[in-house]
Amino acid sequence: MEKENAFYAKLEQRGVSRRNFMQYCTYLTATMGLSSSFVPKVAEVFAAPKQRPPVIWLHFGECTGCSEALLRSQYPYPDDLVLEILSVEYHETIMAAAGHQAEEQLKMAVKKNKGKFICIVEGAISTKDNGVYGMVGGRTFLEIAKEVCPQAAAVICMGTCSSFGGIQAAKPNPGGYKSVSEVLGIKTLNIPGCPPNPINLVGTIVNYLLLGKLPNLDDKGRPYFAYGKTVHDQCPRRSHFENDEFVTEFGSEEAASGYCLYKMGCRGPDTFNNCPTAKFNDGTSWPVEAGHPCIGCSQPDFWDEMTPFYEEQ
Amino acid sequence: MRAVENAVGVKIPDNARIIRNLLHGAQFQHDHIVHFYHLHALDWVDIISALKADPAKTATLADNVSGADVGGSVYYKNVQQRLKTFVDSGQLGPFSNAYWGHSAYKLPPEANLMAAAHYIEAIRLQARAARMHAIFAGKNPHLQGLVVGGVTCVKDLTPDRIAEFLYIWKETQSFVKNVYIPDLLAVASFYKDWGAIGGTTNFMAWGEFPESDQEPDSLYMPRGVINKRDLAGVKMPGQDKVTEHVMRSWYEGKDAKHPYKGETKPQYSEYKPDDGKYSWIKAPRYDGESCEVGPLARVLVAYAKGHKEIKALVDSTLKKLDVPVTALFSTLGRTAARGLESVAIGDRMEKWIMELVENVKKGDTKTFQSWEMPDKAEGVGLNDVPRGSLGHWIRIEDKKIANYQYVVPSTWNLGPRDDKGKLGPVEEALIGTPIADPKKPLEVLRTVHSFDPCIACGVHVIDAEADQVYKVKVL
Repeated sequence: MEKENAFYAKLEQRGVSRRNFMQYCTYLTATMGLSSSFVPKVAEVFAAPKQRPPVIWLHFGECTGCSEALLRSQYPYPDDLVLEILSVEYHETIMAAAGHQAEEQLKMAVKKNKGKFICIVEGAISTKDNGVYGMVGGRTFLEIAKEVCPQAAAVICMGTCSSFGGIQAAKPNPGGYKSVSEVLGIKTLNIPGCPPNPINLVGTIVNYLLLGKLPNLDDKGRPYFAYGKTVHDQCPRRSHFENDEFVTEFGSEEAASGYCLYKMGCRGPDTFNNCPTAKFNDGTSWPVEAGHPCIGCSQPDFWDEMTPFYEEQ
Repeated sequence: MRAVENAVGVKIPDNARIIRNLLHGAQFQHDHIVHFYHLHALDWVDIISALKADPAKTATLADNVSGADVGGSVYYKNVQQRLKTFVDSGQLGPFSNAYWGHSAYKLPPEANLMAAAHYIEAIRLQARAARMHAIFAGKNPHLQGLVVGGVTCVKDLTPDRIAEFLYIWKETQSFVKNVYIPDLLAVASFYKDWGAIGGTTNFMAWGEFPESDQEPDSLYMPRGVINKRDLAGVKMPGQDKVTEHVMRSWYEGKDAKHPYKGETKPQYSEYKPDDGKYSWIKAPRYDGESCEVGPLARVLVAYAKGHKEIKALVDSTLKKLDVPVTALFSTLGRTAARGLESVAIGDRMEKWIMELVENVKKGDTKTFQSWEMPDKAEGVGLNDVPRGSLGHWIRIEDKKIANYQYVVPSTWNLGPRDDKGKLGPVEEALIGTPIADPKKPLEVLRTVHSFDPCIACGVHVIDAEADQVYKVKVL
C-alpha cells in the first residue's frame, strides 16, 4: 500500500491523476479481454519494476510508421514507457548514439541480455541477392535478424511488414522481401496493421509483464484480444449494412448520414482487428468513422489481395 | 493524389482544400516539434549534464527565457530526480553510449535541464497534437480520409468536431510559440558559430497551402528557386526542368531523365571510391543544379518574395541573436527556419479553421467532386511537406498506372553526385565541418540532422592528418 501511495504521488507529480490512471488501466484490461479483477494488477505493472525488461527494437524494410505509432501512445505516454516501464536498449530512431557507437550498443545489449530481451521487429527482410537491398551499418537485415532474433526471449513483429511482408513484399517484390517468421523459420508474435494501434503492443507487453507469458495467439500469430473478431462484426455502422443502407459516393448525403461503406470497397468483413472498439489516438476516431473504407491493412498480402481499393470485392 | 487529380482533371471543392491545408498544417506543427526535440536536440543538449543543474537556478532561467506554462523549482527538481532515478538504474536505454561530455556541447547544466524537461513535455504534446489528424482523417500516423476528388470526412463537419480541432490546434500552437521558439533561441545563443557552418548554395521550394484554386499564385508558402544565394534573383521554377541522375546511384544507365520518363531498375555493386556508384538515392537536379529543399529553402524563398509574416519573423530573430542575414545559410539557419515557419503556418491555420466554420454556417458541406478515369493521361503534383519539396509524376494508360515516379525531399537533400561530379546538398554542407574528435563526430550529426533526413545514411569521416577513415552511421 505504501509503495502504491508513493507511486500515485509520483504520478500526480507528473500531472496524471489516480483517477485517470485507473481509467486507463480499466480500458487496457478491457482491450486485453481480461476480467475487471485484473485492473489493480495492471496498475501494478506500471508501478515501477526494479529492473525494467530490456527491449531491442530492430528496423528493417519499413517506413518507421510503427515506431511513430508507438510514440502516439497516450496512456502510458512514451516517456513513461521509455523511462519507467521498459528499457529500450536499441532503437535507431530515438537513440542518441550514432554510427559505431550505435552498432556497439546493439552488440553489448544482445550480449548482456541474452535470452532475456524482447526483440521487437519493424519491417520486412530482403532475401534476394543475399539481402543486399536492405543494410544497416554495412550488414544486411538478413544477417542482423539471424544473429539477434534467436537470442531473444520473444520476438514481437510490430506492423504488417515484419508480420507478413507488407508493402515490400507486394508484387513484383523486387527485393525478395519476406516476413520475419518466413525468413527465420520461427514463430513470432504478430501485431499487424499499417501501422498498428499502439494499444495492442502495450496490451501485449502488459500481458507479458503481468502474467509472465505472451497472450494467446491465433494461427497467424496474432493476439486474440485484439485480432479475434472482424472489423465488420464490431462496426458501429453494421446496422446500415443489415438495412441495405450504403454509401455509393464520397461526400454524399448517405456519407453524411454515416451509412455502410461496403460498396465503397470496405474490407471490414475480411479484416481481423479491433479498430472499431479501440479506435486511434486516444479513441479520437478510426478510418470508417472518418468516412473512409477499411483497406484491410492488417491482413497478410493486403496490397495484392485487397486491391484495387475503393471497389466492392 | 494531386498528381492523379491533375491527370484526371478534377478540381476539389473549397472545403476539401481547407481540410487538407488543416491536416497538413498540423503535420508541420507536429513534425517540426518532434524533429527539434526528439531527433535534433540531443546534438546540442547534454542530457547527462542536466543532473548537475541547480533546479532553483533552472527555474529562474526558464522564467527569464521561456513561456512554458509548467516550471518552477519544484517542477525542475522532480524532472531532475526522475532523470537521476533513470540514470542510477544503470539502464540508460536510448541514451546509452552517446557522446555525453563531448567538448562541443556548450550549454550550462541549467539550460540542459530546461531542455531535457521540455523534451519530455514535447513527447506528450506531440501525442496529443496527432489527434488533429484523427478528427478529419481517422488516425495518425497514416491518415485515411484523403481521396482523389476531395476528402471523406463530410460527417465530421460538425461544430463539436471543429471545436475539438480548434482546441488541440490552440494547445499545439501555444507550445510552438511559448516553448519551442524560446528554447530554439536559448540554444542558438550558445552556438552562434554554427551560423557560419553547414550552408549550401541553391534552394528550391514548390510551395504549399493553396488558399484558392489558383496554384502557385495563392500558395501561403510560395514557390521559388534561388541560385547561388542570390535572394534578389528568386525565380519561379517549372516542373519540366527537373531531372534525376543515376550515374553514381545503384540503378541501370547513365542518362539523366525527367520523372515522366524515369526508370527505377536496381543495379547494385560493391562500394568503390572515385567514380563508382555509391547510393540508393538518385540525384535530382533543377535546371542542372542540386538544390537544398526544406524549411530553410521555403523560408528563404518567402523572405526573398517579401512574405509579410516570414519577413518579420526572420528579421526579428536575426536581431535577437545579433547575427547577419548571411547566417541563414548554415546549420543554425536551417534549424531556426524550421521553428520560424512553424509559427507562421501554425498561426495561419486559425484563418483556415474560421473559413471552414463560415462555409459550414452557410450550408456548404461539399467535400468531394466526382471524376472519371481517362484511358490515357499524365499528371504532376507538386507541393512542400515538412521535410521539403515533393513531386509526384504519373502516366496513365488503359486506365492503369503506366509509370509513377516521385522525387521526395530526402532525395533532393541526400542525393549523391551527378554525371558532372556536382555534389548533393548534404555532401556540400558537410565540407569544412570542424570536428574536435574524429572518433566522435558530433558536429557531423548536427549538420546532417538539421536536414531532418528520412533515411539512414552513411557518412564517412576522414582525418586528413591520420588518413584514417571512420564510418559514421547517422540515425
